[in-house]
Amino acid sequence: MKTIAIASGKGGTGKTSLSVALLQAHQGDIRLLDCDVEEPNCHLFLDPQKVNEFGAELLIPKIDTKKCRLCGDCVEACQFNALALAGNQIILFQELCHGCGACTLACPHDAIEEIPTNIGQIVQARTESGVEVVKGTLKVGHASAPTVIAAVKNTTPLQKVKYQIIDAPAGTSCSFAEAVKGADFVILVTEPTPFGLNDLDLAIEALHKMKLPFGVVINRVREKENLITEYCAKNNYRVLLEIPESRKVAEYYSQGKSLIDAKPELEEALKKLLDDL
Amino acid sequence: MHITLIISYILRMHKTNIQKIAFSAQGKDVKSLLDPRFGRCSGFVLVDLTTMESQWIPNEQNLRAAQGAGIQTAQNIIAAGAQALISGHCGLKAFQVLEAANIPIFLSETLPIQQIVSLFKADKLTRLSSPDVEGHWA
Repeated sequence: MKTIAIASGKGGTGKTSLSVALLQAHQGDIRLLDCDVEEPNCHLFLDPQKVNEFGAELLIPKIDTKKCRLCGDCVEACQFNALALAGNQIILFQELCHGCGACTLACPHDAIEEIPTNIGQIVQARTESGVEVVKGTLKVGHASAPTVIAAVKNTTPLQKVKYQIIDAPAGTSCSFAEAVKGADFVILVTEPTPFGLNDLDLAIEALHKMKLPFGVVINRVREKENLITEYCAKNNYRVLLEIPESRKVAEYYSQGKSLIDAKPELEEALKKLLDDL
Repeated sequence: MHITLIISYILRMHKTNIQKIAFSAQGKDVKSLLDPRFGRCSGFVLVDLTTMESQWIPNEQNLRAAQGAGIQTAQNIIAAGAQALISGHCGLKAFQVLEAANIPIFLSETLPIQQIVSLFKADKLTRLSSPDVEGHWA
């Protein structure tokens, strides 16, 4: 099984649109992992039925007040400000914890125990045509999206498939890194605007560091020559597909219909896109 | 009637015990304006009410904190020896930390700090009994 991550530095460039369209073009040979756990939305276009559901857990510290000497070493070790020393107690702000375990290591009095705590839900589902869609949802207010993303990626496929598509969260932070980690190929979706270019450049910088192969899909293309094609030509980056600007696509999207529903002529190109990687 | 008298007496007692107040500040001395922000203010002016001497406590590291700026800032002013805080707002997490350390919070308009000191002494400021703004992660 080949893992292909669909990512983008900038939000709203069409990651989900492309992921859903690829799923439709490769029916029967593909599964989709919605790793945009702060706002998963692939299911809105696919309406899959639930098969399995399980929780995503994070190890969160619990302080034994009998053993704690209030030295504050755990507070010092926490990089996320999830622990505070105030008066005669250590306060834990659970939702800020990333479960790194630094506090436990730092505690000289062995007063910290790590408790598995639910911070999100994973739903494994199937569309009417039998395609698997996995969705991760981070609990509102919690900071550790990568934990839920890892749990989504860790699910066992319901059936054997050729491709696994990862719909990654926007940006180039930890969530992005967790989503694209281990992928065989990363498709970066962008648009021909200065923001699109700036954030594409950031994403590519991150992928270079992670040593992951990638190609670019340009969405909402108005002119054949644009700032993205220019940038890719200059740096020798592969442009995999150009999707023309279309009001119809936006109208269909707002009704929960996919890119392929609006532009059936793209189906062939989308099939080829994965097969040619 | 008796209870109200006792409560007001206790409150007054509590207030007279306050000697050092931390003000979230836009500048480094008592002439500067209050900064209405707490966790992300650039620093605090710590005023000793008896001597009127003041001290600057920088808060720069929390301006850049990815999360939990209020929590860290609250610990900073506790460590600096503040016995009360005067700021424009205070969110849930910082409130919890300050409450645990028995540090009362008073709200004020954005005025010069020396003017707020007079208002405090004249009992014109409201003590916050619960957070007045939502945290950024709420």
